Amino acid sequence: MSDYLWILFVVLYIVLAPFIGGMIAGIDRKITARMQGRYGPPLLQPFYDVLKLMQKENIVVNKHQKLYVLCSLIFIIVAGAIFFAGGDLLLSIFALALASIFLVIAAYSTYSPYAYLGAERELIQIMAYEPMVILTIVGMYIATGSFSVTDIGAYEGLLVLKLPAMFVGFVYILTIKIRKSPFDISMSHHAHQEIVRGLTTEFSGKELAYIEISHWYENVMLLGLVYLFFASNPILAVLVLVATYFLEILIDNVNSRLKWQSVLFSTWLVAFVLGIANIAVLGFLKYFL
Amino acid sequence: MSYLPKSPWLVHYDASSCNGCDIEVLACLTPLYDVERFGVLNIGNPKHADIFVVTGSVNEQNRSVIQNIYNQMAEPKVVVAVGACASSGGIFRECYNVQGGVDNVIPVDVYVSGCAARPEAIIDGVVQALGVLEQKYEESKKKGAETSHV
Ligand code: SF4
Repeated sequence: MSDYLWILFVVLYIVLAPFIGGMIAGIDRKITARMQGRYGPPLLQPFYDVLKLMQKENIVVNKHQKLYVLCSLIFIIVAGAIFFAGGDLLLSIFALALASIFLVIAAYSTYSPYAYLGAERELIQIMAYEPMVILTIVGMYIATGSFSVTDIGAYEGLLVLKLPAMFVGFVYILTIKIRKSPFDISMSHHAHQEIVRGLTTEFSGKELAYIEISHWYENVMLLGLVYLFFASNPILAVLVLVATYFLEILIDNVNSRLKWQSVLFSTWLVAFVLGIANIAVLGFLKYFL
Repeated sequence: MSYLPKSPWLVHYDASSCNGCDIEVLACLTPLYDVERFGVLNIGNPKHADIFVVTGSVNEQNRSVIQNIYNQMAEPKVVVAVGACASSGGIFRECYNVQGGVDNVIPVDVYVSGCAARPEAIIDGVVQALGVLEQKYEESKKKGAETSHV
């Protein structure tokens, strides 16, 4: 890769990710509606929602909450920028974790019992998916010998062949990250009546719009991570991305929400069984063959 | 241009309805009527909602609740009273505990008639409310009023 190409990628990410993320959300809502036998909203509905929220009054409970929501958005953009610049994968994931924590703090700062409930559940989600995310990256490091996205992307041969169990585990926790049932315990796109609105209960207007936009940025970055597993074969990678997302929508529609205990323990089980087994096999192959 | 009419989110409150109108409001969300094709979402949170749909009449118990939900909604907002009870008290009007329609407590923008109101009528009412919403947005822009509750 030439020296300045990464700047182009970062700019493309920052400019295009909200549009791609919003389109994905629109297609998602349409497919969901069709699965439920409904006609569904227009494809551009997520953009209408966000633009409307921008025009609404912003009810602020406490001035800090704006700052935290903004920080959350900024760190998600930073995480994605590091990722698409081909930087350090570990650093990128830590920036993403920081962004999630800022969102939790934002919810806590409103002193609302509903937001508290959402924030606590979000923390449980973070505990649930973080081990698997870290294991995935460790697995990628063991397989390719580098934490740099550029190097992992340039790995010849399909990475997924070395990390098949890891890929399954990652798709499993992806359901939490893109806030789909059965793991949407802190805030759901459907079931708008449950626990009021979880994490976002106290946010309105612009702040809610920022949360939605940051979610789009995050989704694009996560799909980028899925892409890495297949980076040596772009056509296959894109097909897998589409299939993965479709699978997530299907899972979303055929499942109801689980209790938080089941979410936590099932994801940990997956992380320890699939993640550790995969790393053990990789290590074995490396040193004994 | 305002995007409010393209994405109306509504919060539904059952005052002291007999449940007839509530069922009809929920019927609007089913695959047969699917209001989500107009971008309408039934949101449980008043802070996210643009349209307040009330069914049933007002009594001493729910007066403060209606007021509270209304006050928590972000501007611009509209109120739709669904059914005879919400509009005027309906068949319960003469009851000792009933104080009448929702307009006793909060300003109502659109009245939907019927006992129970038909889903088509409710959708029609919401669509009319969108016009009011747009109008309110234009007015608030003209006033240039910086609205913020700190
Ligand atoms: S208008 Fe009729 S159906 Fe609706 S709540 Fe009143 S009595 Fe029930």
